[in-house]
Amino acid sequence: MSAELQMEAKVSLDKLYVPSEDVVAREIEGELIIVPLVAGIGDMEDELYTMNETGKAIWDRLDGKKKLKDVLGELSVEFEAPEEEIEQDLIGLVNELVRRRILVEVV
Amino acid sequence: MVEQGNPYIVRLSSEKASFWKTVKPTLSDLDIELTERCNNNCVHCCINLPADDPVAKKREIPTEGIKHILKEAASLGCLTVRFTGGEPLLRDDFEELYLCARKLGLKVLLFTNATRITPSLAELLSRIPPLEKIEITVYGMKRTSYETITRAPGSFEAAWLGINLLLEKKVPFVVKSALLPPNREEVEEFEAWASTIPWMDDPPSYSIFFDLHSRRDENKNRAIRNIRPAPQEGLRFLARRKATYLKEMKKFCSRFMGPTGDKLFSCGAGIGGASVDSYGQLQLCMDLRHPDTVYDLEKGSLKEAISHFFPGVRETKATHPDYLLRCARCFLKGLCEQCPGKSWMEHGTLDTPVEYLCEIAHAQARQLRLLEEKEMAWEVEDWRERIRKFSEGKGDER
Repeated sequence: MSAELQMEAKVSLDKLYVPSEDVVAREIEGELIIVPLVAGIGDMEDELYTMNETGKAIWDRLDGKKKLKDVLGELSVEFEAPEEEIEQDLIGLVNELVRRRILVEVV
Repeated sequence: MVEQGNPYIVRLSSEKASFWKTVKPTLSDLDIELTERCNNNCVHCCINLPADDPVAKKREIPTEGIKHILKEAASLGCLTVRFTGGEPLLRDDFEELYLCARKLGLKVLLFTNATRITPSLAELLSRIPPLEKIEITVYGMKRTSYETITRAPGSFEAAWLGINLLLEKKVPFVVKSALLPPNREEVEEFEAWASTIPWMDDPPSYSIFFDLHSRRDENKNRAIRNIRPAPQEGLRFLARRKATYLKEMKKFCSRFMGPTGDKLFSCGAGIGGASVDSYGQLQLCMDLRHPDTVYDLEKGSLKEAISHFFPGVRETKATHPDYLLRCARCFLKGLCEQCPGKSWMEHGTLDTPVEYLCEIAHAQARQLRLLEEKEMAWEVEDWRERIRKFSEGKGDER
């Protein structure tokens, strides 16, 4: 991943991430539904979020115990794809979730 | 809608579309009537025991009981819980219940008169938003009209204080009203003000043809019957925006009308949704409290009721001779609000025709030229053709 993207995202493969306490993640009939708990998570007050299968595979691994690079390794094995191919998407999603306060860095 | 720039996260708006790709959850929405008590005493209201009624207060589901229901509802996939009443904010534990629901990942739809919205509650609703617009009933634009209806001194100022607190904190809400003689001349003023509320996407809705009392209190029913408008009067109000009204009615009639035979439950009551009354009885809908159709949540679970008890109730067939002669064959079903809930409120049965609703539906059908003056809808054989002509034609009302 380019240094510029890492800087812009402030997301690092060496860091750990965990779902924010500002949201409630629910699994309903196999669908992941992310429900904002506090104000300011979405652009609109009534917004909920879900993820596609790949997004959910990433989300399920963001438990605050694995570094992002370990998540990357697991995804590479599961999807039988080189890490370089997955890395940008992984960073992109985590960046988006951090930006929306759905995910937080474990300090 | 897929977020631009990231293909993995999808933004959902549950109002706009169902987002269940395959299986719908057992329960999508749950109504909880937190109390039958109300600090207003509106003459037209179907559910307003005195605010300090000790018997009602003692019988209400305790805090932990409601939390248990909320937890089970969430486990069944419920996304939205409606807190209603009576006035739900009369419950001392309202904030605790609200937080419980929101922390379970439920959206909360609050029905209130706004008189008990305090600065701290407005702050809470701002910090932890309900994710559904609060619905506030406004009874008048002036103290005289408002309090003639609510019969509660001080309620006008209290409501406006509550509304202003929500405006200050930018908590989304919409307003609606009940159309009654004291506020009838204020409709324009009300609608002009309503249009300034940032979250009002549509003009306010009105209760016009009032339900009888939910517990079938005969004294209250006499009062409600006395203030019910004549069908033509209410329909004139409904049709005041003629073009919009006709457009909506054409769409509605083309989709939802036609005789339903002896099948009593032609609506979706009890399918993916349910209502809990103030004392823990689960109902198919808010109106239907007939003892044969309610389920005691103290003796069972939401899942059992929705999966096994309600489907059995929904199989009930009409047996009342007048229902079979009229309602079962009537193509105004849909336009007419006759249903087991209304039959229960009016007659204490599931299948007795409600004359007031029958009169309204016939008057409306005549207004829309679906019926001639002396015709009764259950005698009409070419109803499909009439609906088709009305829905497809330029159409006009009388």
